[in-house]
Order: sequence, then C-alpha cells, then structure tokens
Amino acid sequence: MSPVLSRPPRRPAVLLGSVALLVVTAALSLAVGAKPMSLAEVWSGLVDPQAPAYTVVREMRLPRTLLGLEVGAALGLAGGVMQALTRNPLADPGLLGINAGASAAVVTGISVLGIGSLSGYVWFAFLGAAAVSVLVWAVGGGRTATPGRLALAGAAVNAVLYAYVSAVQLLDTASLDAMRFWTVGSLAATGASATLFIAPFIAVGLIAVAVLARPLNALALGDESARALGARPAVVRAGSIVAITLLCGAATAACGPIVFVGLLVPHLVRPLTGPDMRWLLVVSAFVAPVVLLGADVLGRVLARPGEVQVGIVTAVAGGAFFVWAVRRTRAVAV
Amino acid sequence: MTVLRAATVSVRLRPRSVVAGLAVLAVALGCALLLLSTGDYPLSPDAALKAVLGSGTPADAYIVQELRAPRVVTALLAGAALALAGAIFQALTRNPLGSPDVLGFTQGSAAGALVAIVVTGGGSLTLAAGALVGGIVTGAAIYLLAVRHGSHGNHLVLVGIGVAAVLTGVNGYLFTRAEITDASRAMLWLTGSLDGRGWEDALPLLAVLAVVVPIVLFGLSRPLSALALGDDQALALGVRVTPVRVSLLAAAVLLCSAAAAAAGPVSFVALTAPQVARRITGDPGPNLLSSVLVGAALMTAADLAAQRLVPGRDLPVGVLTGILGGAYLVWLLAARRRSSLGGRS
Repeated sequence: MSPVLSRPPRRPAVLLGSVALLVVTAALSLAVGAKPMSLAEVWSGLVDPQAPAYTVVREMRLPRTLLGLEVGAALGLAGGVMQALTRNPLADPGLLGINAGASAAVVTGISVLGIGSLSGYVWFAFLGAAAVSVLVWAVGGGRTATPGRLALAGAAVNAVLYAYVSAVQLLDTASLDAMRFWTVGSLAATGASATLFIAPFIAVGLIAVAVLARPLNALALGDESARALGARPAVVRAGSIVAITLLCGAATAACGPIVFVGLLVPHLVRPLTGPDMRWLLVVSAFVAPVVLLGADVLGRVLARPGEVQVGIVTAVAGGAFFVWAVRRTRAVAV
Repeated sequence: MTVLRAATVSVRLRPRSVVAGLAVLAVALGCALLLLSTGDYPLSPDAALKAVLGSGTPADAYIVQELRAPRVVTALLAGAALALAGAIFQALTRNPLGSPDVLGFTQGSAAGALVAIVVTGGGSLTLAAGALVGGIVTGAAIYLLAVRHGSHGNHLVLVGIGVAAVLTGVNGYLFTRAEITDASRAMLWLTGSLDGRGWEDALPLLAVLAVVVPIVLFGLSRPLSALALGDDQALALGVRVTPVRVSLLAAAVLLCSAAAAAAGPVSFVALTAPQVARRITGDPGPNLLSSVLVGAALMTAADLAAQRLVPGRDLPVGVLTGILGGAYLVWLLAARRRSSLGGRS
C-alpha cells in the first residue's frame, strides 16, 4: 500500500493535530455567518444566557456546527470503511450511489406518502441506503468486484435513481420546491432537531466501525489470511454494510446527499497514518468534520449574506481535488 | 464478409451486421410512424404517411408536418447523435464507462443551459446556444486536463468523473438560485424532453449531423478502430494518433452538445446504444453505423413509451431512458459478472 508501513509515522502527533484543527474549524463555524462575530462574542454567547449573542449562537449556529461534526464524521468513516471493504481507492458513498439511494427513498416518502418530518423519512433513507449498498455490491460482482466494475455499477445505479428523482420532482411541482434545497445537500435544510435525532444512529454506526477496524485490517490481507487471524470475512462484510448504511442513511436524511467527503478524507489521512485502519478511521473521524465544516464556512463566506449549500462546495472542491489526484498519480485504475 | 468499394472508400459488411442494422432501422421507422399517427388527434398510419408526403388533407398535413414531424425528427437525430458520440468515446477511452454522461459533457451542456436560463432568462434559442457552448468548453477542458498523460483511456474517464462532479455542484448552485418557474423549466430541460420541439430545433441538429456523420463514418472510422487497439498499435498501422484523436473528440463533443441543445441532456442513450449495437451485431469493433441506428431507435421507442406510460401525463423522454438505460446496465453487469466488462485497469 504505502512505504509508510516500514517507518511508523508520528501518529499521536497526527491525531492531536487533527483534533486541534477540528476545534479551530468548529470555532470558525460558530463565528462566521450572516453576522460575523469575534471569538469572545461567540464564547459569551455559548456560556452566558444574558449575552446578546446567546440566541444566535445557541439556537442557530451551535446545532448547525454539531450537525456538521456528526455528519462529517459519519461520511468520513463510511468512506474509509468502504474503501477498505471494496479495496477501491475511488469508493465514496456518493459515487457508488448510496446517497442517491437514500435520496430516492426520501423523495418517495415526501412526495408519494406525504411524509414531512425528519423522524418520518429517516427510515426511508436507511431503507434506500441499505438497498443500494447491497445492490451495488451484488451487481459489482461481490467478492470478485473490481474497482472498475463497482464504479460502473455505482454510475448505473446513480443514473437510474437520478432519473427517478427527477421524474418525481417533475410530476409534483409542490414537492420540487421543498426538495430542491435538500437534494443539493445542506446543513441548514432540516433545522436543529436533526442534530439530536440522527445522533443515536450515528453513534451505533461509530461503535460498529470501532469493532470492525481490526478485522478490516485482517481482511486487507485477503480472505485466507483473515480467517487465519480469527476474522470471519462474511461477518465483517455484512457488518461493514450495516455500518455504512447507518452512517450514510442518517447523514443523508439530515443533510441531503453530500458527495466526496467520504472519498477525500481517507486520501488526505492515509499518507499521515499509514494503512492501519484503526488509526486511519480515528483520524478520519476528526478530519472529515474539518472538511465539511470548512466547506460550510466557505459557502457562507462566498455568498454573504446568503449561502452556497455545503453539498455544492464539497462537490466543486472534491471534484477539483479528484482531478488533481488523478493527474498526479498515473497508476490509478478505473 | 462482403467488401464494397467506391474509389478510395471501402465498407466492410458482415451479413449479421447488415441484418441487425436493417432490423433496428425498421424498429426506428416503425416507432416514428406510430409517433406520427397517434396522439390527441389519431390518424391511421396510412393517413400519416400521406400527410408526410403532402397528399393528405390540409388538417392532417398541418398536424403531422408542423406538430409531430419535428418532434419525431428531433428524436431520431438526437438519438443518432448521442449514440455516435458514445461509440466514439467508448472506443477512444477503451472503456464502457467512457460515455458523455459519465465524462461530464452532459453536465457541461447543462451548466451552459442553466446559465442561459438563470442569468439571462433567455428563450429556447439562448438555451440551446448555452448548451452547445457549455458542452464544447467542457470537452476542451477535459481534454486539456487529461492530455498531459500520453495514454488517455482511464485518465480521460477519471478526469471526466471529477469534472462532472464539479459541474454537478455548479448546476446545483444555479438551480437553487433560480426562481421556481425557471427551476421547473430548467429541471424539465435537464431531464431531456422532446415536448414541443419545432423545426427550429430539428434543423440545426440535422445540419450538424449532415456534416459530422459522413466525416466520422467514412473518414475516421478506420483510424478509430486502430486507436481502439491502443496507441502503439495505431502508430504501427500508420495512424497519426494525435490529430485523429483530436478530430474524433471534437466530432463527439459537437454531436452530443448539438443533441443536448435540441433535446436536453437525455441520459444513457450514449452509454447504452453502442453496447446494444455490439451485442446485436456481434462485432467487437466500434460499430459506428449500427450505434447510430440503435440510438435513433432507442430514442423514438423511449419517446413513444414515455408519452403513453402515465395516462394524461407526458413524461419526459429522459426519465425513461435514464431508468431503462440504467436498469439495462445493472442487468448487463449482473449477467456478465465474470466477464472483463469494466474490469480493465
């Protein structure tokens, strides 16, 4: 995988650095907005109910920042697990259609069944994410899947679901207006309740990923070696799909489909931690929210006093990074 | 195998390809005739044919020639253009993923059209011009970004996926900026629709095809077959690799941008038509002519089905091609799990 294996990097320092970066980004995310604030104002707004900034910070910005933390971590972990599971450096919940599956199911819930609340359509998101995870995995060839075939399966599934979502939106203009902000991916689409509501799902996903990290390391050596090391490949794969489904389903239900965070973060982290999944996943969980909150802050700065939705910023920035990475590495296989 | 020669041009004809091509052509024309003769004002196929030839009643002639024929012609031509573009891209990239949908051209056309709708609020001509310019600029950008590396196959696809993602983001932004009426108009265009096409949509597309298709079929088909074997083999066969590749890419970009300008970025025709063509002709080569025919047939059949599927609602053709094309690809992948499709790396 990487020459880093032979020379252990300073992983604790990397971990500390990513935590520090996350604290800074979270502070920025609280301070930047339609009305910019100094950090002192933000702090008093956080802790002092009498402070003038209390309402804005506690009721509007804090939930949004927390949502970004949650969703960012979820997407980064899902991307890391996915890349390990498929041995595919290009795996991403967006590129492989998982987010689109969740979106299609949610759009069905909104338009056909008239479900209007997050607590209602989160179940649709899980159903859609789970169905597409299994479908792409099966169609892509299961254990014999090559990165190219998985990408092709993902592209096919994405296109079918995109056409379906467009059809629903076209036949139902009223829900088009409600859905067009959600379908581009935004931290502001569902309000503060989303943060609390999806937390348990993401927590379960996190625990599953923590349990899976070591067996995924074993699986990277091939099924035979993994069995010799005491891991059960079928169980690890099933568990990984469940974890990906929980993480992506919850993130998509709350924020709409956000692409590229899951692709980008493991690529950023891997050179620093090496391929050991335990370190890779822990650091990803801190770096992914940095990327997502950073993109969100950028979106708010760019279009002040309005905002560019975070899903748009990550798509543009992630796509550009992807092109850069492809140009840099000759040997990436489709 | 029969070889037809006329001066310096020779066309190799395999019997199976000829039969398959004729069958596909019959399907396309059959669907076209059905489209001409059915609708709110039903005509017998006989009357529709008479109206096309100008010998029917004035009312029939008006309905067929002014209302239905432009739509049918746009469907045939856009399908043919998308399919030929797809066949060229897939042969050049040596990858079934190498279609305009995946490479980002569609999104480029969409971005151009969205700018036209959202920023200038212009009419259908501005929109078509925007789509054409957007597609061509995207094509040039992808080529320049991917050209650094001598071999183009995988890099072109991967760079295209990245560019497509960037443009999807840009499009999403333009989409949220739009007024709601503009947004639903943009949505309809983005899906790909043949509703209300007039001769002003069909004729520019016809002009592009009349120039590009003969050049590709007669001038560039053999160098393309050589390029599909790899740059080294092509060089050994005496093909001037770079000029040929640039001309082919230019032709393909022009074709799919012109199709998008006329009918919107109808998804999956470019991806599926060449693969369907290869399966029915059994010819592993680029199958340019049969792809053209399959594309025209797919598009008219999809439009026919889309108009009839939901009673009282005119579903846009792009919805149907997206769902059918994607489902076809899923099936193809599932059926040929152990084949090499998509596994080249």
